[in-house]
Amino acid sequence: MWERYLTGASTYAHDIDHLFLLIGALVGFWLIVAEGFLFWLIFKFREKEGVRTQHVTGDEKHLARWISIPHFLVILCDIVILVPAIMVWYNIKEYTPPVDQTVRVFAQQWAWSFQQAGPDGVLDTADDIRTVGELHVTVNTTYRFELMSRDVIHSFAVPSFRLKQDALPGRTITGWFRPNRVGSYDIQCTQMCGVGHGLMAGRVIVETPQDHAAWLMREANPATAGLPTPSQTALQPTPAAAMEGMTMAEARR
Amino acid sequence: MSTHAVHHAEPGAFQKYFWSTDHKVIAMQYLFTGMAMAAIGGFLAYGFRMQLGFPNQHVPGIGLVTPGKYNALVTMHGSIMIFWVAMPILIAAFGNFLIPLMIGADDMAFPRINRLSYQIFLISVIVLLASFFVKGGAFGGAWTSYPPLSAKGAYNLTPIGASLWLIAVALEFVAFLLGGINFTVTAMNSRAPGMKMFDVPMVVWMIVLASIIFMASAGPLIAGAVMLLFDQTMATGFYDPNRGGDPLLWEHLFWFFGHPEVYVVLLPAMGIVAEILAVFARKKLFGYKTMLYTAWATGVLSFVVWAHHQFVAGIDPRMANIFSVTTLLISIPIAEMVFLYIATLYGGSIRLDTPMLWGLAFIAEFLIGGVTGIFLGASGTDIYLHDTYFVIAHFHYTFVPIAIIAVFGGITFWYPKMFGRMLNETLGKIHFWGTVIAFNVIFIPLFMTGVAGDQRRIYSYSQFQEQMKPALVHLRTTSTIALLVMLAFQIIFIVNFFWSLRNGEKAAANPWRSTTLEWTVPSPPPHGNFSELPTVYRGPYEYGLPGRADDYWPQDAQN
Repeated sequence: MWERYLTGASTYAHDIDHLFLLIGALVGFWLIVAEGFLFWLIFKFREKEGVRTQHVTGDEKHLARWISIPHFLVILCDIVILVPAIMVWYNIKEYTPPVDQTVRVFAQQWAWSFQQAGPDGVLDTADDIRTVGELHVTVNTTYRFELMSRDVIHSFAVPSFRLKQDALPGRTITGWFRPNRVGSYDIQCTQMCGVGHGLMAGRVIVETPQDHAAWLMREANPATAGLPTPSQTALQPTPAAAMEGMTMAEARR
Repeated sequence: MSTHAVHHAEPGAFQKYFWSTDHKVIAMQYLFTGMAMAAIGGFLAYGFRMQLGFPNQHVPGIGLVTPGKYNALVTMHGSIMIFWVAMPILIAAFGNFLIPLMIGADDMAFPRINRLSYQIFLISVIVLLASFFVKGGAFGGAWTSYPPLSAKGAYNLTPIGASLWLIAVALEFVAFLLGGINFTVTAMNSRAPGMKMFDVPMVVWMIVLASIIFMASAGPLIAGAVMLLFDQTMATGFYDPNRGGDPLLWEHLFWFFGHPEVYVVLLPAMGIVAEILAVFARKKLFGYKTMLYTAWATGVLSFVVWAHHQFVAGIDPRMANIFSVTTLLISIPIAEMVFLYIATLYGGSIRLDTPMLWGLAFIAEFLIGGVTGIFLGASGTDIYLHDTYFVIAHFHYTFVPIAIIAVFGGITFWYPKMFGRMLNETLGKIHFWGTVIAFNVIFIPLFMTGVAGDQRRIYSYSQFQEQMKPALVHLRTTSTIALLVMLAFQIIFIVNFFWSLRNGEKAAANPWRSTTLEWTVPSPPPHGNFSELPTVYRGPYEYGLPGRADDYWPQDAQN
């Protein structure tokens, strides 16, 4: 929808966008009708010489209709909005589709760090990969995330995924996402978390399976990290800002 | 109504202006304090909008806006505009000035509690302003003050500012609890003979309703604030998950108060606009009783919608469904109320004087604020829009009509009664157009940046590639420039306000040819208000009755 301003890069991005458009159409209609009526009345009933104002209470049946009919139309519109709104919510926040991978997301003042399974594909083993500021995921793969905070309340927001979830200290909050477009996307913290709140940036890098496998191998074997790999050239745009964010995050720790 | 007006002796200057129990003087104290705080709140907005529009440059009068300073600016702007501008002006200033005059009483039911209310309020102002100058600076943890950030100095780096903020809010609440009791009791017990419940002017009803909602919702937050203060200063663990506490508890206590608070300030603004519409359209309010019932319904429903601020906060996701339903339900009475306002214009004889322009602008702008709320109340879209600039634009389209547009409407409408002089109409209209147009240019771009993914309270978007598109940068700059224009136009208001105090045309007792009781006394009203306490014979909005010479019929006229 707002592709010009922001891409959609997860499977539920379009569900939310469509709901937005539906609500926009309905409330836009109401807004135009109400504003139009307001300005028409102002124009029509301007003070005129010799024309006296009418004495009505609003309780007259033929006039009260002007309120009661819109009243029922508003109820109808509310229902038309509520049903899809709750369906979208249910699909994103209550229901979890079959999961391919799990990642852990840790929020702290003021950096994002991630833990995911290494080449063995199992979380909580010795070859787990831990990254700061950058989350590497495979396109068209359903991820379950476990979101934790180490200090204050943060909020994990990936606008391109239409994903948002607060991270609460003392709890593990789960959710899911399924990226469907290769690229590199912003992570923003969206809950006031202190002085570095505006600096708490991260990147999600959505890769093809081949690139992701190459990245995994490189992370698992730091000895080969210096060698150029296909993934570094394939990543467009280059995650320069992310690297910068990472060093800043590390510098602050 | 124990004392008759003639028993009121004229007090000395100190007694009159600083130690007065006269409701009109206390109203003016609240009004001028609120206006001074509005100037400070506007200055803070100037500070952080300059940083967003022209990042990392020296801001005249503020200096370089560092991340810490930015957080303090947004936190204090929000807190001041809600607690120290909207509430004192809409409820305390207008409530104090209007309730006794409109119901035909010589003063409030508890004049000395009234004086105490203002004095505690003034202390809260001093405590709040002092927090700018303490070590670490003013609190920067957002006006919602979520723990653990707000609970620990190690996290927020403003340990003294955080506690002072909390103490100031608590004191302000004490002031408004005292005021609320006073408004409610006065309106219930001190009405002129003959004034039945449905003869009470709408604005009095609305202020009383707002006071009742405030008194019913403030308790949980005050309890929460005490616990938070203990967490800050005595190292208790009410909100510390490592010691069995829970930060979500604060969110619930805060928003259980925080959402009704929206209606606490909305209803008095709606009341002011109702008075203005009736007078300048020369019309009886369309469906007075329906209006009252919708206001009651809104008030009751406002207590069961709070968790829509917490859809993605980590509450059980199933809760969101319930709160989504209640949130959309509240659109029904509010929409109906706005329909009634619009319908009031039907068949009228509309004069577009400055107060009426503000009144009509309130409806036109509040409609935008109302409909954009639906996007946020619908849980599905809120996942994305939560805490983005879309939210900021939405609530400014409600709060600016409430605390700025309706307040200017009220001030321009009752200025002749308050000060005995008329405001300059030309300056008033220039100020109106400058303010309203600039307001729209500030916030329409922010809807767009919000939809494009700008999250709130971020001092610079240079960290985020997606937010640095040229189109978004231009929108932010446009918004900032419009704010500068809007602030500049306020100078015209200040000039008009103070110049007219001495030089304005002398106001008659009833310059707008209105029906309600405050217009039956001289402008400004003397100490004790009525030389003879009035008797009420009819409802407040009898305009255009057929067969009468005048098109209005005052409430106290026998025939």
